[in-house]
Amino acid sequence: MSAREVPFRGGGFAPRQLRGAGLATAAVVLVAWESLSRAGLVSPFALPAPSRVFSALFEMARSGELAAHLQASVGRLAGGWAIGLATGVTAGLAIGISSLARSVGLPLVAALFPIPKIALLPLLILWLGIGEAPKLATIALGTFFPVALATASGVDQIPKSLVRMAQSFDLSRWAILRTVILPGALPGILAGARISSSIALVLLTAAEMIGAEYGVGALVLQAGHLMRVDRLLAGVVLLSLLGVAIGAALGALERRLLAWR
Amino acid sequence: MRLRALKVAHSFGGLEALGPIDLVVESGERLAVVGPSGCGKSTLLAILGGLLRPSRGRVLLEGEPPPGSLVPVAYVFQDFALLPWRSVAGNVALPIEGRLPRREVHARVEQALARTGLADFARRYPRELSGGMRQRVGIARALVVDPGVLLLDEPLSALDAQTRELLLEEVLALTRGATLVWVTHHLDEAVRVADRVILLSARPGRIRAELAVPIPLEEREQPKAAVELARLKAELWALLREDARRAVVEAST
Ligand SMILES: Nc1ncnc2c1ncn2[C@@H]1O[C@H](COP(=O)(O)OP(=O)(O)OP(=O)(O)O)[C@@H](O)[C@H]1O
Ligand SMILES: [Mg+2]
Repeated sequence: MSAREVPFRGGGFAPRQLRGAGLATAAVVLVAWESLSRAGLVSPFALPAPSRVFSALFEMARSGELAAHLQASVGRLAGGWAIGLATGVTAGLAIGISSLARSVGLPLVAALFPIPKIALLPLLILWLGIGEAPKLATIALGTFFPVALATASGVDQIPKSLVRMAQSFDLSRWAILRTVILPGALPGILAGARISSSIALVLLTAAEMIGAEYGVGALVLQAGHLMRVDRLLAGVVLLSLLGVAIGAALGALERRLLAWR
Repeated sequence: MRLRALKVAHSFGGLEALGPIDLVVESGERLAVVGPSGCGKSTLLAILGGLLRPSRGRVLLEGEPPPGSLVPVAYVFQDFALLPWRSVAGNVALPIEGRLPRREVHARVEQALARTGLADFARRYPRELSGGMRQRVGIARALVVDPGVLLLDEPLSALDAQTRELLLEEVLALTRGATLVWVTHHLDEAVRVADRVILLSARPGRIRAELAVPIPLEEREQPKAAVELARLKAELWALLREDARRAVVEAST
């Protein structure tokens, strides 16, 4: 009888994150871009070198411009997003637990969700006047719908047996909401927060481009008009840093709040 | 406390699931409910516990709960029904927090954890526990309220055979003197835990037979009781066999 080793057939299909690969990629791209610019292979007007973009950034930081733009943007984003989150979570919980809210709310949310909220900005300006209110309202609206849907589906995913269990111990409706529904819906709520954060960032930028003196969106638009591509790209870098920071904060929050999973 | 079901019946939509059933569970009595799969055992228990409104009939709870009792009727679930986001201690505290001063909640939880062998696991989360440990949490949570009546829906059925055996002995010790209704499809479990076994027919479940277990609880684990318990089990199986077979066939059509 011939013997041979059992051939190994497992393995693969389990990609791992290689340490440092992300940073290395970024470094390679930046170095390549910088050297192409210095070699004169790309026009400095169309695409200035990364060093020019960063010096524009430092320039604005020194003059205080950066702080003014960032402060305006972060304020709007935080305000609009917070309003949208609070109302969206409330509506989602209601849809998740009440037949009336579900029957009325779900079709309404489903119908209004697809509207690109930036299209409502002119209307909101008519209603609320120019200034901060219509911008906040646009961001809040853009946040509200995905958060409401994600929260409602988070509530739907709570096993009914847990609610029955709480009822079997005579917990009040309020206690059940606090101890079962809210923590059970938290994964959904955080997913909604994540989705809505990128929507909020898009709406923030658009709203600031349509009518604002300060704000990163306004900075990008003005730089474009002046053909200052270095400042324009500096604004884009700021926006992406803002997005990354929000994502990291949400990630940390998830790790803390959903440690039980 | 005494539990009395009067002509209780239930249908899910057009599906007749249970009854009508008349039933009295006396104070201090231990009742086991057995029956073929899908005959309405869980439905009956949910109705007895007030978690399901019966289509017909009603359930009365008579007498006073024991002093210090916080919930007259407590439940132990087959799938444990633990809150995954709460620690063991948090799950056990759930039914009493807000009802007692914080210090007393703490003391009662500690005591319940100690009784169920969970003292070292207070800060663990359900996902870190084995099935047997999870059901210990379910049992501790039911006992912490000092219930007048304890309802158990297949409390050991999700566990492997050895864990089941161990936990059965523990639950017997923990529930001395309690009034309880224990739903199971294990006949040997039924004759070991109950004073009286009722056998439900195939769906819609009605009481088909009733059997007393005339051996004191503390003597049942002794070898000389084995023959009598085996005889009772055989008697139940003879009554159940045909319905059980039909339930299996029906479930596959
Ligand atoms: N919520 C429900 N909606 C519709 N039908 C249901 C519902 N719950 C149970 N049933 C049906 O009612 C019948 C009785 O169910 P029940 O769970 O009470 O049986 P059981 O005796 O506990 O079964 P098992 O041995 O599987 O635990 C079954 O046919 C089941 O399919
Ligand atoms: Mg059942």
